[in-house]
Amino acid sequence: MSHRSNAKTVLRAFAGAAALAVTMTYGGLSAGLLADPLTEKDTPSAATMEGVLKGMWTEVKSGWEDRLVQDATQKTCSQYRNDPPAAEANAIVERETATIVMPADGNVLGDWKQGEKIASSGRGGQFSDPPNTENGGNCYACHQLSKTELSYGTLGPSLTNFGKDREFDLDAAKAAYAKVYNAQSVNACSNMPRFGAHKFLTEQQIKDVVAFLFDKDSPVNK
Amino acid sequence: MKRRRPYLFFLVTLLSSVITIVTLRAQGTDNTDKELERYREMLDDPMANPGYFNVDRGEQLWATARGKKSVSLETCDLGKGPGVLEGAYAELPRYFADANKVMDLEQRLLWCMQTVQDLDIKDVLARKFGSEGHTSDMEDLVTFIANKSNGMKFHLSLSNAQEQQAYAIGKELFYRRSSLLDFSCSTCHSEDGKRIRLQELPNLSKPGVDAQKTIASWPTYRNSQSQTRTMQNRLYDCYRQMRMPPPDYASDGMTALITYLTKQAEGGEINVPSIKR
Repeated sequence: MSHRSNAKTVLRAFAGAAALAVTMTYGGLSAGLLADPLTEKDTPSAATMEGVLKGMWTEVKSGWEDRLVQDATQKTCSQYRNDPPAAEANAIVERETATIVMPADGNVLGDWKQGEKIASSGRGGQFSDPPNTENGGNCYACHQLSKTELSYGTLGPSLTNFGKDREFDLDAAKAAYAKVYNAQSVNACSNMPRFGAHKFLTEQQIKDVVAFLFDKDSPVNK
Repeated sequence: MKRRRPYLFFLVTLLSSVITIVTLRAQGTDNTDKELERYREMLDDPMANPGYFNVDRGEQLWATARGKKSVSLETCDLGKGPGVLEGAYAELPRYFADANKVMDLEQRLLWCMQTVQDLDIKDVLARKFGSEGHTSDMEDLVTFIANKSNGMKFHLSLSNAQEQQAYAIGKELFYRRSSLLDFSCSTCHSEDGKRIRLQELPNLSKPGVDAQKTIASWPTYRNSQSQTRTMQNRLYDCYRQMRMPPPDYASDGMTALITYLTKQAEGGEINVPSIKR
């Protein structure tokens, strides 16, 4: 992580210098020629964005207001385009780790068959969903899981043989539970939703998903 | 483009598509990409495109006298002078001095309905997205007007402060993570060659081919919805999937986001209405 950040910082310095040179050479010629015609100084102020958002969502139904408001982590990740400097990244990991509530009985493995259903369902939380729709984890949107399911996305890594590759180790299963509960406890600004921290999935649902990853009979490990 | 009779072709296309998908599911991953490509080629066949019904209706609507002033929209200035349609869509969103703001095509059309025609737009807004038995004036007009830029390339000059501000706000919105799943536009659209399920995701975080092909193919006839949809509708649907409340149609924020996306598509050749899944 820190290596990556350092390399990026160096690259940014070069890119910044190059951009400056271009600006000095072609200053004001045509913004359209540059890949990104605007520099950081043009970033709209927080007050401007607040006004824009107010005008963009004038009728928000009761109970949905919070969806427009960013928490500290969302704010930082947006600001740094999901590549925060090391100090910010560490702060996020620390803060998000503190949100994790492990199952009281210590058992993180539920029913893998239920887990498979949760992994396949992209329902819940959308304004088009009927009330009381059960939320799904929609894991297949981004991950390959069972080898027999061909309709999988590639935004996240393939998770085939997830449990098998970890020799069905219980500590690895607990780590997986924590990751599904709050992905940003592992990777700051991860694209993966914080399913448990947002209470989008229940404790039982997360256990079921972890079982889908770790059960020896699960198609993930076949 | 003259009226065509696309239904027979359309049915054939649909049937072929279904067969393709069934075949695709049966064949396994090796052929997945190839079969998806074939499916898309079939969707691209303009002879099977019901979106041209919207073009025809939009053409009539553009010339129909409406509103308290009982005039048509033919004096509406979409940026290239009153009534000039050719190439107008290729340069939108843009700043309009008379309204003193940056507007996309949909926002501008509503403005023209109100100022040129003095039309009560309540009914137009109620039908902003067409549904079974209810055509949408906006989808018809936008499809007709955008079609008049076919073969032309997107070019936003961003030559004044308001346009630059709209672009900057749009970019900020693109990266703004929020709601129950922490999603932003960039969650799905900032890397090359990614898919959600089997759907390919264009990388819209940078200028180039992905953005050009994507943005320049809207409005599009969406097979899955049996309606021709505009960019405003596509973004509304994105926000739905992002678990956000429905954004206000033709609001300044939506125009800003469309400004950013269209600038990423700079140089993209417009060919609409297209057909998509």
